[in-house]
Amino acid sequence: MIPAAFDYTAPESVADAITALGSDSEEIKVLAGGQSLIPVLRLRLAAPTLLVDIGRIRELGGITDEGNTLVIGAMTTHAEMADSELVKEHASLLAKAVETVADPQVRHRGTLGGALVHADPAGDLLAPILALDAELVVAGADGERTVAAADFFEDMFTTTVGENEILTRIRIPKHTGWGSHYEKFTRVAQQWSIIAVGVTLKVDGGVISQAKVGLTNMSSTPIRASAVEQALVGQAPTADTASRAAAVAAEGTNPPTDTNGDANYRRHLAKVLTGRAVQAAVSG
Amino acid sequence: MTRIKILVDGVDYSDDVEPRTLLVHYLREQLGKTGTVVGCDTSNCGACTVLLDNSSVKSCTVLAVQANGHEVTTIEGLAIDGELHPMQQAFHENHALQCGFCTPGMVMQSIDLLHDNPSPTEQEVREGLEGNLCRCTGYQNIVKAVLAAAAAHRESAPGAVPSGGST
Repeated sequence: MIPAAFDYTAPESVADAITALGSDSEEIKVLAGGQSLIPVLRLRLAAPTLLVDIGRIRELGGITDEGNTLVIGAMTTHAEMADSELVKEHASLLAKAVETVADPQVRHRGTLGGALVHADPAGDLLAPILALDAELVVAGADGERTVAAADFFEDMFTTTVGENEILTRIRIPKHTGWGSHYEKFTRVAQQWSIIAVGVTLKVDGGVISQAKVGLTNMSSTPIRASAVEQALVGQAPTADTASRAAAVAAEGTNPPTDTNGDANYRRHLAKVLTGRAVQAAVSG
Repeated sequence: MTRIKILVDGVDYSDDVEPRTLLVHYLREQLGKTGTVVGCDTSNCGACTVLLDNSSVKSCTVLAVQANGHEVTTIEGLAIDGELHPMQQAFHENHALQCGFCTPGMVMQSIDLLHDNPSPTEQEVREGLEGNLCRCTGYQNIVKAVLAAAAAHRESAPGAVPSGGST
């Protein structure tokens, strides 16, 4: 299968990329790592007239430590995040979720920015980014704006990033010393999440002092499991606490029904997986 | 048409390609490197795996223009003067193939796997090859071959990391 013909440009700066996005080509797509877009082009589910390849923009790479914040360039690959000591230490939930994405070849090419803007509800990095209260920096012709992860995802495959904008970097408040776990449910080794649960929590003096829980594929966007978070905070990190929190995991969700399972099955999975994820997060 | 310059299996190429040309089609149809095969055309099977700057990629999911200025190693670049790469040798000795169609991708991904983790457990080999499908389901000997290559490498060059033949 061969994509429909398109024009191609590979700018070397964010400013040039934004200029290219403002050109009068009929349908413009941004190419990041291409691990979702190229299959879509090959199947001709999309046929853009111009592809703006942001893979040569150096300022979009790199993982940096900015005091209380970890800053990840949008073009950072999954493999780079999985290997990063900074990510493992300060955003361990993201490091663990990244390891579950697709396969090693895809992780070598796929990028954090690409995954977030693609906004597949079954994508594994969206819920962790939401749970970690990240901020996303979006650049356009009028400069940059910063969007909270909670306001970034608007619907299935839809984010707040406009047609003439690109996501440049992701700012994650450090969660140093927090336990975490990403529990993903699939039927075969290499599959999109049927659902997944990301938990990160802090234990102080034998009590869970803070807890953040994100759900993958339990709605058209990633969502926080607020009821689970409330059920955890202030409690001892025991099996009892985990099962009480897990019991409310499906509250406020609106899971899809598809060939992998119906909505009720996903609600059931959310409870089971939340219990497992909380228990694992407590121990690391 | 876009002009690209790529180092493939140690040889510099400079070619005009359509931007929509997939790397695997450039390798096979423009360079004649048919050792890299198209298996599924859906990014699932990994048969088209090559090394791009020494990291494994599915060449059906990379545009040739994205590889401009970079270095590609295919299955055809592994043997040197007719002598098989140690991973090819291990596949040969362990009969790690049935129909052989997945073999080019399996060998390339196995090289990447040992590059990241020179002493994998059996489970780590299976996980490292999760992006490569063998429709004959001949995984047992493939896993055996990768473990044998890792062991042979440890004996011959302790501390060193295996890499592609042309790099």
